[in-house]
Amino acid sequence: MKTEAARMAFTRTLLALAREDQTIFATATDSRGSVTLNEFADALPAQFVECGIAEQNAIGIAAGLANAGIRPFVCGPACFFSMRSAEQVKVDIAYSHMNVKVIGVSGGVSYGALGMSHHATQDIALFRATPGLEIFIPADGPQTVALTKYLAKSSEPAYVRMGRGAVPNVYEEPAPFAPGKANKLREGSDAAIIACGEMVYHALKAAQALAEEGIAVSVYDMHTLRPLDEAAILEAAETGFVVTVEEHNIHGGLGGAVAEVLSQEKPTRMRILGLPDAKHFTGNSAEVFAHYGLTAEGIAQAVRKGR
Amino acid sequence: MDATTLQTIANQRRADAVTMIHRANTGHTGGSMSSLDILTTLYYAVLSVRPQEPHWPERDRFLLSKGHSVEGYLAVLADRGFFPKAELATFSMAGSRLIGHPNNQTPGVEVCTGALGHGLSVGVGMAIAAKRLQKSYRTFVLMGDGEQAEGSVWEAAMAGANYQLDNLYAIIDRNGLQISGATEDVMALEDFADKWRAFGWDVAEAAGNDPQSLLTYFETPRPAGKPHCLIARTIKGKGLPFAENRKDWHHKVPSAEQLLEAYAALGVKGVDWA
Ligand SMILES: [Mg+2]
Repeated sequence: MKTEAARMAFTRTLLALAREDQTIFATATDSRGSVTLNEFADALPAQFVECGIAEQNAIGIAAGLANAGIRPFVCGPACFFSMRSAEQVKVDIAYSHMNVKVIGVSGGVSYGALGMSHHATQDIALFRATPGLEIFIPADGPQTVALTKYLAKSSEPAYVRMGRGAVPNVYEEPAPFAPGKANKLREGSDAAIIACGEMVYHALKAAQALAEEGIAVSVYDMHTLRPLDEAAILEAAETGFVVTVEEHNIHGGLGGAVAEVLSQEKPTRMRILGLPDAKHFTGNSAEVFAHYGLTAEGIAQAVRKGR
Repeated sequence: MDATTLQTIANQRRADAVTMIHRANTGHTGGSMSSLDILTTLYYAVLSVRPQEPHWPERDRFLLSKGHSVEGYLAVLADRGFFPKAELATFSMAGSRLIGHPNNQTPGVEVCTGALGHGLSVGVGMAIAAKRLQKSYRTFVLMGDGEQAEGSVWEAAMAGANYQLDNLYAIIDRNGLQISGATEDVMALEDFADKWRAFGWDVAEAAGNDPQSLLTYFETPRPAGKPHCLIARTIKGKGLPFAENRKDWHHKVPSAEQLLEAYAALGVKGVDWA
C-alpha cells in the first residue's frame, strides 16, 4: 500500500505549479522544514517569504501580497494559524475577501505527544463560523495534489488542514476532486459513514470489516467542509443511521456540520466520533486514535451499536 | 498643492466628518479630527491614485490601520471622487457600505481594517509585493498611538526592517490620547521614536496638524534601505474647540449646537452633500 504525507504532496505540487506561475508565492513562519518547503525556498526565493515566528504578521503580509495580485499560500502549523492568527484570518482574509490560502500542516493530533498546545482540533469549528473561507481536509496525498491544483486556480480565500505523517493512499493519482462535492467511496444501505482527512481510510477499513459481517455501509469522503455537500449528507441519511468520524473535537466540526443539516432537513440518528470535550490523552497520533476509538474497529463498533 | 489650500480642504473634510457623526449619532470624533491633516496631505498632495480606477495596479497603497477614524477617511475619499459625495449621508445607516470602520466594498479602501494592529502587516505585504514585482508604488499605513500596544505592530516593524522596505511609510497619529486617557498613563510609549529606531526604521517627527510640516517631510528624500516611520504629533479633536485634547471626545457625538460651533471654528459654512 502506498503512503505519503499530505504536506509533501502539497509542497511538491505547489513547487511544480509555482515554477510555471510567478504569482504563486509561499510564506513560512520559521516552518519551512515542518511544512517541507525547503526545496521551494531554495528553488524559487523570489516567490518565497519568510515571516519568522509571527503568525499574525504572516497572515497580514499574505493579505498585502494578495492585494498586489500575488497568490500566496501561507504555510505553517495548523494549531498556530487557527488560533494565534485567527483574527487576521477573519478580518484581513475572510472579511476582506483576499485571495490567500492558509495551509495548516500537522493538524489534528499530528503532534501527538507534544500535547494540546500543538493540537489543532478546534480549527474547523472556528473557521466554519467565520464566513468567507472555503475549508478543506484532504484524505491523502493524491487528493492533496488535486486540491492544490484547484487552490492555485481559485480566487477564493481558503483554509486547508493537513496532517504531518504519511497516510495510506485512499486514491490513485489523479484523484477525483471537486470542491464542495463529497466523494462516495462505498455503497451500502444499512448505515453511512461520513469522514474527512485521515479518518477516511479508517472508515473504509471499518466498512470492509462490517461487510464481512453482512452489514453494508456507505462511506463518504467529506473533504470540503465549506461549501458543504448537503445533498451527499441527505443521501447518506437515507440509510437511517449516520456515523461521522473526524480528527477534531466532537463539537463544531464535521459531525456538527452534518447534524446541522440533518436535524433541520431530515432528522436521522447519528453518532459523532472525534476527540472528546476534555484534556487530550497524549501519545503518537495512532495511540491517540486508538485511545478514542478513532480506528477501523472503533468506527465499526459505533455502526454495530447504533444501527 | 500648497499647505494653505491643504489646510482649507482639511477643515472642509472635518466639517464633513462631524456632520456624518452628528447625523448618524455615532462615530469617532477625536481621532478623525486629529488624522485629517495627514489624510488630506496624503490624498491631495502625496499619493499617486486614480479615483476613477481604484484598482489601478500602479497606485500608491494607503491603509487606515486606526480604522475608527473612518469618517475623515471617507470624507476624503468621497471628495477625491472615489464614490459620490452624496453617499456620505448614508454613513452608518442600515445596509450602507460606509460603516464605522473601513470596508473594502468602498472604492479606494484596500482591505477591511478596524481590528487594531493589523494594518502594518498588510502594508509590509504590499511593500514586499512591490519589491518582488518591481513596481514603484509606495505603501502608507496610518496607525494610532494607542494602537502601538498591539504586539502585531512590532512583528510587522521587525519584518519591515528585515526586508529593507524603503517603499513603506508607517505614520503614527501621535495625539497622546486613547479611549481611557493619556497613552503614557494607559500603556507608556515613550521613548517612542527610540523604539522605532531600535527596530531598524528611519524615524522622523512632524507637526501632524500642519500640512506644511507634513509636505516638507514627504518632499524630502528619505534614506534608502530602511522603512520610514513618521511620528506625526497631533491634537485629538483638532479644530473643534469643545473636543480638543479631551479623552471623552474619543467617540462622543456632537449636538446640533456643537455642529454649528464646529463649522464656525473651522471657517466653513456647512457641507454640500447633506
Ligand atoms: Mg491616540
